[in-house]
Amino acid sequence: MLSINNLEARIEQKQILRGLSLELPAGQVHAVMGPNGSGKSTLGYVLAGHEGYEVTGGTATFNDEDLLAMEPEARAAAGLFLAFQAPLELPGVNNANFLRTALNAIRRARGEAELDAVGFLRLARAESKRLAMPDDMLKRNVNVGFSGGEKKRNEVLQMAILRPKLAILDETDSGLDIDALRIVADGVNALRSPDFSALVITHHQRLLDHLVPDRVHVLSQGRIIRSGGPELARELEANGYAGVVADAA
Amino acid sequence: MNQSLRNGPSLRNGADGYIARYQGLRGRLPGDSTIRAAAADAFGKDGLPSMRDEDWRYTSLRGLAESDFQEPLSAVSTAPILGETIDAPRLVMIDGRYQPGLSTPPAGVTVTPFAENPYFGRLPDIKRPMAALNTMLAEDGVQLHVAAGVDAGALVLLSLAPDGHRPIAFHPRHSIHLEPGAKLTVLEIARGEGSYLHNAVTEAVVAKGAVLTHIRLQDEGPDAFHVNTTFAEIAEYGTYDAFVLTLGARVARTEIHARLIGQHGMVHLNGAQLLGGQQHGDITTVVSHDAPNCGSRQTIKNVLSDRSRGVFQGRIEVARAAQKTDGYQMNQALLLSPHAEIDCKPQLEIYADDVKCSHGATVGELDAEQLFYLRSRGVPDAEARAILVRAFLAEAMDPIAHQDARALLERAIEQWWEHRA
Repeated sequence: MLSINNLEARIEQKQILRGLSLELPAGQVHAVMGPNGSGKSTLGYVLAGHEGYEVTGGTATFNDEDLLAMEPEARAAAGLFLAFQAPLELPGVNNANFLRTALNAIRRARGEAELDAVGFLRLARAESKRLAMPDDMLKRNVNVGFSGGEKKRNEVLQMAILRPKLAILDETDSGLDIDALRIVADGVNALRSPDFSALVITHHQRLLDHLVPDRVHVLSQGRIIRSGGPELARELEANGYAGVVADAA
Repeated sequence: MNQSLRNGPSLRNGADGYIARYQGLRGRLPGDSTIRAAAADAFGKDGLPSMRDEDWRYTSLRGLAESDFQEPLSAVSTAPILGETIDAPRLVMIDGRYQPGLSTPPAGVTVTPFAENPYFGRLPDIKRPMAALNTMLAEDGVQLHVAAGVDAGALVLLSLAPDGHRPIAFHPRHSIHLEPGAKLTVLEIARGEGSYLHNAVTEAVVAKGAVLTHIRLQDEGPDAFHVNTTFAEIAEYGTYDAFVLTLGARVARTEIHARLIGQHGMVHLNGAQLLGGQQHGDITTVVSHDAPNCGSRQTIKNVLSDRSRGVFQGRIEVARAAQKTDGYQMNQALLLSPHAEIDCKPQLEIYADDVKCSHGATVGELDAEQLFYLRSRGVPDAEARAILVRAFLAEAMDPIAHQDARALLERAIEQWWEHRA
């Protein structure tokens, strides 16, 4: 599904990714862990097409398409979704309108019929209920006045409605309490299927208790320095990154 | 420079052609000729406003002197296209002349054409050069009157300049008078083709407890000059709620003078300008708080692309007697191009000591991170930009209580955006 090969990227003059390679097969959930500044968020932004990052080398293909050549909206239409670590506030943009515009833009790009207001609202209400979100979150402006947890849940709601093939969750667990964590994990687990993959960027083992990954990758200084099964996450939780990073150095 | 030459007939202040027209029409123009003569004196002396005038520092109308505008033809041959409007009674002006045959005057409003029974009003000030020009040459307009306690609903005042083949100038003279407790919503729409000058003056008198909602869609043709000067007076517990959307014209100036003369009066002067190409749009307001316990609110939004230029000048005057005044003014600009420009001149003149008055201004570009957020959700770049521009305008647009009028303005903005894309 996602194949990253020797990816290099920088922001302004600062090199962040230095030859990152990763294979994410269809139907799998992989976790990317690593210390602060290792390039985790950069990986998410580069894959989603943020213009602030310059790709200086390597490739990334998504279902055999050259991901790096696509505009951000084309990546979304192809089925990629990035749940932001710090979701943006959009004052003056109604959350329900935002979601419907996004869904219909993607449906249009895929050659599917657009959903009308009634059909959309039915879907959005059902999904927000499943995520235990208050109804009025749909009526409010996008993320404006939302608590940290509400913002994260709003990201998961977008994911649930847009139904991506590949979800990249950038520290979606940070700032969530135990209940919210479970809800977020359930939201991702609900999408699990042979056609769905997820890249879960996280600091902590906690989320991975609910969202069990097929593989765990450790990112350090812009490269994957170690990969393993779910037990690797527990090892990191117990011993910290220092050992792993030192081994690789 | 030779003093006599400066004051002589060769003085080039742009007034000559208009004065000549006035002299040619004298005797045939309706109404009190002494009012017109005084206006002609004032206009002849000062001429068209230029950047040398403090109140016109950012907007010059000297271009109007170079254009050779003609008289509108007296007869309208074919039924013009009215364009999109709202479901409400309408009054139609073509080339500045009232068209009873195309109009459907509403119940509850007495409509008298200016040409039939000219009323110049007591508020318009001929020290304002374009008001003087209007006073000198006004031929027609609509005079609206709503009796005490009557809720007259909404009406559309449609001004069309449909010909487009000859450059024309027209100077309509309107007045809106609401008696105590009366209510009226006026939606003014201005459209046209070709090169022309639309120079309107409106007197709005809001009596005790009356509510006048005054919404304007200025969608003139791209070669037009549009100048609109309103003089409003608000009595105790009265409300003047104005919104102007500037989309059209090569050069546009909306100037509103609102005077609060009784306690607990309220003024809203909100507006938005969306400009492109080399358009120049100017919104100038003067709010005079003469009485205590009144409020005024102004939120102006500018969306400027290409080489367009937006101007906002806002003066709030608080008289010594006007204690407990609550005044607010905000001007914000979104620059969509590095060549666009905004000029902002707020002025507070406060002579009372117990007042709350604030003003602010911001200038910015579209937020790159917000844009990326939208695009990452599949929204195409152009649509994402349009969403963020609409969001920027929302604060000014949302208070427009008349749903149909607001929807009309929103569609006009969408069309503006589509033409640009």
